[in-house]
Parts: sequence; structure tokens; C-alpha cells
Amino acid sequence: MFLDRAVAALGLGIATALGAAVFAGAVARSHEPLVIDLTIHYSRFEPATISVPAGRPVTFVIHNTDPIDHEWIVGDEALHARHRTGTEPVHDARPTEVSIGPLTERRTTVTFAQPGTLTFICHLPGHEAYGMKGTLTITGG
Amino acid sequence: MRRFGMILPATLLGLLLTAGPTLACGGLIGPNGAVNLLRTTTFAGYHNGMEHYITAFQFAGGGGAFGSITPLPAVPTSVEKGGDWTLQRLIRETSPQLLFAADSVRAAASGGAEELMKVRIDALDITVLRGGAADIGTWASDHGFRLPPDAPEVLDFYAARSQIFLAAAFDADAAAARGQQVGDGTSVHITIPTENPWVPLRILALGKTGSERVDADVFLLTDNAPALLPAPIGTNGIRLDHSAGASEGLLNDLRSDRGMDWVPTSAWLTKVAVDSSASGLSYDLAIDASGAGAPSRVDAGLVLPGGQSMVPGADVARLLLAVLFSLMGVAGIYLMTRYRPSDAIG
Repeated sequence: MFLDRAVAALGLGIATALGAAVFAGAVARSHEPLVIDLTIHYSRFEPATISVPAGRPVTFVIHNTDPIDHEWIVGDEALHARHRTGTEPVHDARPTEVSIGPLTERRTTVTFAQPGTLTFICHLPGHEAYGMKGTLTITGG
Repeated sequence: MRRFGMILPATLLGLLLTAGPTLACGGLIGPNGAVNLLRTTTFAGYHNGMEHYITAFQFAGGGGAFGSITPLPAVPTSVEKGGDWTLQRLIRETSPQLLFAADSVRAAASGGAEELMKVRIDALDITVLRGGAADIGTWASDHGFRLPPDAPEVLDFYAARSQIFLAAAFDADAAAARGQQVGDGTSVHITIPTENPWVPLRILALGKTGSERVDADVFLLTDNAPALLPAPIGTNGIRLDHSAGASEGLLNDLRSDRGMDWVPTSAWLTKVAVDSSASGLSYDLAIDASGAGAPSRVDAGLVLPGGQSMVPGADVARLLLAVLFSLMGVAGIYLMTRYRPSDAIG
């Protein structure tokens, strides 16, 4: 009898511990950055359409395979309107605005608070007109 | 020795140089925002296995530095100041009523690149480079050029066939100091040993997008009437404006110019006019000057040296596969419509 209760208690304890571990892991993972690989080739973003959850950190790993400079600037239309006439030669102060040198890789981590749709564009001269832009959809999480 | 041969003609890319305040996000442009390097008429002569490529860089005002990059089919034996009147004389020969009508194609514009030759001609610093697309792009960046967004694909297009490029940096301040006026040109004569002449046309569209126009005149002087690929039929963006035996007067005039003593006593003069949208100019001009009438598809940029198609969407194998599957589908539908349960029952 005692042995049965002991085994049952042990089982319950293990199950509780496992459940807690799983829950804790899930919580931890929700705070781990989601990694998105983005390639720039022939002055195009690949993929050009990305979906990420709101509220979770997202690390963008941007690989520039071209032998020329590029930018990855994500935001709404108002932000892009400013950059179309901007004069900053290099972007490295904000995680949503990144310059990527020729044949290099840059990482940037961003947490998008609200669901919605943004665009990412390279604003170097002629690049947007050439088609260097994409869409970022932020889902409800 | 690669089969395609010669030289390049024309175009260049206008690259912007960062000698001054630079381009950043948003609008362009170079120092003072007003400098333009214009590309005018080009000439490709071919005799005794040598291509003589002559082009002019025209000073359009402004300050700072600009430049261009031109693909070459092989390493040149010399790069020197071109003659004083060759290009003008060719224009007069074929368009007497437009004596000074230059067509003004805008010149547009790696650390691993090997510098094979450096030459200073007036206000132009010319460097012959060997390297792949990444090497050339890196070299350009290291030397202050800002390549346009289509440059990676275009450089790959050329480097797949020849990894020789010519970079010309134009110092507008030096040009002004030399007393060069707006509209003054500096002609450059490049001599390249090759089996057949070749004129890169696609690079004329560098830096342009979509329906922007590319206009240029290419003069060819060959021993025989050349066979051209693509054929300049007009509807494909290139047009044959002149094709006839060169007059004795023209040959004598050309021969009397600086560096032009190679001009033979008998030759064929061809003028090809480029009038194309930038997106339509996806090929080069292959030339068979031997009389065999077989210009190279590789030289024309239609296939890679190994035979693989360079034209997106023109992969023959995939096309055949698609046709095969379509036929199978049609056959399946046909069989299904032919089959009736009552037939099976009998």
C-alpha cells in the first residue's frame, strides 16, 4: 500500500516537473529570437515576402552576395518617404535600418510590437526602382 | 584563347564616384550633383587578328570624379590616346547631314581584381583588370565607384565569358584644370588580339531600368562584310544603318589619324544603330569577320561557353519538359473522355 502511494506520488512529481519544464521551455522559447535568413542577390531580396509574429524578437541574418553596397530598411511608408530623400551614407544606429557591405553578412534583431504590414527597401540610388523591396507581415503572434 | 573576341564598345557605366559628399539613402548623386560622363560614338576596327576599339569620353561639366567600366574579350596589348578625328570622320561618312550629331548614351557606371595595366590619358585614369564579377565590384567600391543596382548581374553576364574589364576614372576637376570645356571628348584607342571582333551592347543599358532608352552608334571596319548576331533587323533594338565597302577617301583619312596606320587599303564599313529599351538590350553583338558567316552565340551572350542558355526562360530542356508534361496531360484527358463505363461493361 505504502509502496503504491509512493510510486503514485513519485509519478505525480515527475509529471509535474516535466510539465513545468515544458511550460518554462515554451516561455523561454517565446523570448528567444526567431531567426530569419534573408539573401540579397542581383539587387533583390530573397525572400521578398516575410511573416513574423508580433511581440517576439526576430533576428534577421542578411547575406549580401552582391559586390556592391545595399541597405535593409524596414518601416512604414512615412519612414520610407524620409529615406528616399535622406542623406545618411551608412545605417548602423537602429536595428530596423542596416547597411550591408559588399559580400558581407549583417545580423539585426527587432521586436515588432503590433501586428501590421511593413515594407523593407534598399534606398541606395536606383535600388528601389530596380525592385529591391519586400513585404513584412507581422501577425498576431 | 577565347572565341569571342574583341572589344567592347561601348558603354560604360556611369558610376559615381565618392570623391565628395556622397550618395546616401535616397537620391543620388555625385559630387556637386551635376557631373555627367557621356558616352558617344564608338568604333571597332578589325584587321590582322587585332581589334582596334576607339571610344570617346565626353566632359559634360561639373566637378569631382566619375568613371566607367567596360568588359573586354581579352587582355589588350595597348591602351593609348585615340586619334583626333576618327570618330567624327566616321559620322560624316555615314551621316553627312549630321556632322556633329553625337548620340550621347549616358555613361553609367574587388579587392581580388588583378590590375594588368594602368594608363593616364588626359584627365582619364584607365586600369585594365582581370577578375570575376565580385572582384571587379569590390575593386570598384575600393576605388570610390558606386555601381548601379543592375551591376552585379551584368558583371556576372560578362565575367562568365571573359574576366577582363577596363575601368576608366574621369577626373572632372583635372579636366577643368586642363582647360577642357563642356562637350570636349577624350578618345581612347584600345588594341586587343582576338579571333573575331565583339561589341558588348548589354552594358550600354547599365544603370538604366525598364523602358529607358539606349541609343548608340557602333561603327565596324572589317576586311570583309561581317556576319552579325543578332541580325540588326530593327525590331530587335539594333538597326543596320550602313553596310558598304569603305571609300578610299575614308580609309586615307582614318589612316592619317594618330595611331591609325593599321587601317588597310580595302575594308568594309558597317554602322549599327542601337535603339532599344534597357530591358530589351540583353545581348551583345557577335561578329564573324572571317567571311564564314558564323557569328558566335557565346559572343552574342545567348549561351554560356558550355552551351547553357543565358536567357532567363529560354532553358530548352525545361521548355521541352513542360511541353512533354502538357502533352501527357492532354493525352490523359483525351483517354478519359474516350473511356465510357458502358464500353467497359460491354
